[in-house]
Amino acid sequence: MTSLDKPTLSAYQIYRRVANLWMISLTCLATLLALGALLLVLSYVVKSGFSSLNLNIFTTDPTPPGSPGGGLRNAIAGTLLLIGMASVIGLPLGILGGIYQIESRGRFATTVRFFTDVLNSIPSIVIGLFVYVVVVVPTAQLHPGQAYSAFAGSIALGIIMIPTVMRTTEEILSLVPTALMEASLALGATRFRTMWSIVLPAARGGIITGVMLAMARIAGESAPLLFTSFGNNLFNLNPNKATAALPLSIYFGAISSYDYLHNQAEAGAIILILIIFTMSLLTRFALRNKALQGK
Amino acid sequence: MERSFGVQTNVDTARLNISTDVLAGSPDALAGSTGLQDEANQTIQSKIEATDVDFYYGSFHALNKVNIQVKPRNVTALIGPSGCGKSTFLRTLNRMNDLIDGAKVVGSIRIDGQDIYSPNIDVVGLRKRVGMVFQKPNPFPMSIYDNITYGPRLHGTTNRKQLDEIVERTLKGSALWDEVKDKLKQSAFALSGGQQQRLCIARVLAVEPDVILMDEPCSALDPNSTFRIEQLMEDLKARYTIVIVTHNMQQAARCSQQTGFFLRGELKEYGDTSQIFTNPVQKETEDYVSGRFG
Repeated sequence: MTSLDKPTLSAYQIYRRVANLWMISLTCLATLLALGALLLVLSYVVKSGFSSLNLNIFTTDPTPPGSPGGGLRNAIAGTLLLIGMASVIGLPLGILGGIYQIESRGRFATTVRFFTDVLNSIPSIVIGLFVYVVVVVPTAQLHPGQAYSAFAGSIALGIIMIPTVMRTTEEILSLVPTALMEASLALGATRFRTMWSIVLPAARGGIITGVMLAMARIAGESAPLLFTSFGNNLFNLNPNKATAALPLSIYFGAISSYDYLHNQAEAGAIILILIIFTMSLLTRFALRNKALQGK
Repeated sequence: MERSFGVQTNVDTARLNISTDVLAGSPDALAGSTGLQDEANQTIQSKIEATDVDFYYGSFHALNKVNIQVKPRNVTALIGPSGCGKSTFLRTLNRMNDLIDGAKVVGSIRIDGQDIYSPNIDVVGLRKRVGMVFQKPNPFPMSIYDNITYGPRLHGTTNRKQLDEIVERTLKGSALWDEVKDKLKQSAFALSGGQQQRLCIARVLAVEPDVILMDEPCSALDPNSTFRIEQLMEDLKARYTIVIVTHNMQQAARCSQQTGFFLRGELKEYGDTSQIFTNPVQKETEDYVSGRFG
């Protein structure tokens, strides 16, 4: 007859239990540390910037240096403009490139994948310099008096988006079961139709996550904008002119010698986080697939 | 004309002439393919006719000189141990193997007398005519209704009323209508495995094929669902030619009229199901159907 009493544990069994507990504690600790860093950053930004948040920040442009007041309207508008234009450049290239890599598994695709990874690891300031040489300098030569532009900034940011979007698209598409593709092809669908009607919808959530990651990344970039969109103290939505951006305003505000600009920079940081947060929330909400929360 | 998927066809003067016409861009090329149709009518007693089919995955020789004649409006079962090539052969019949890099077919496969590996065959049209049901139920992540209408929409039916009719007809045809008629807009994933497989069959019926290939359609299903699918095949064979790959020998014995036994890439024996199971000619067939190996 088996007894229901707890059996006495052998030394090895005790060792196994202790090791198990130890490993679980380590993973918990790692999670807490990672989350803790996030919480610290967020709480610091909110605590220091919240008091400076007011309607003026959103509705007025910066004042001349030294005279307190003013806001970040130009930078908010500029950041939205830059993100939008960069997405127009980067998303189609990234997503189509990802599809290409999944559909064609030849040597060229492998080469493209390798260089995508290289592009991903290039510092963003180098991409800024590249666009400076390729776009800004020729612009200045063709149209004297014009050089920096939101357009140039968007090209730099768009290039930064491409590898992120391409790799996530490719990885997510590779997770779509082949059985689905085969079912579609066996019904007489072309490869394009199968990709468009079956594979892409099935991968939509993951691709959007990749897109949001890329957008969040470029929203916070300041280095590639230094020699491309340059920054602008005036409100501007003309893509051919120099344009402000939140990361630039935060940077210049933070290194300035005026307290009111420090506060503005802190408020700008909150706004930047809010913009990214709202964007990802809205996209997820708008593209939510209600009927088909499949397994 | 360059083809990545090379096929060596048997010598056939009529067809050679046609392909020369096509290559030369002759206006008679179309008339030539009508002639092909006439030829088809003369040899109608076998729906699918494979002659000396060899198949390679890269350097791996997966099928060796397979010859088979599949009768129309019959269930033909392909049995054999794992890795014997029966699924590979099934997938050559709707050219699903085209998708695999390095796959190569040698020999000729004719459906209604038409060589399906001939360069002027339209693979999309072929797959419309030769539907396929897979091992695991694979409904699309859409509603039941959209799963069925995907095929017809693909081939140009957009009229709402027509689509409604197709959905009702095919779901009745696959014995699923009574269970799902009130939830056509629900996700196909909400169905049980057996229901999903019947939905996949309905989806195939919706494009009005005349051949249905089934690749172990019941291996992921419980006995009750298996029974329903087998009943369904019995009904469907009145209108369709069915080729089924199965690991379940009782299933082959129950539902098929002809059985082919594959072993190591060769079609060892092919004949009436009753003969294969009671009086096989080959020693290997007898060993396999009596459960001595495999």
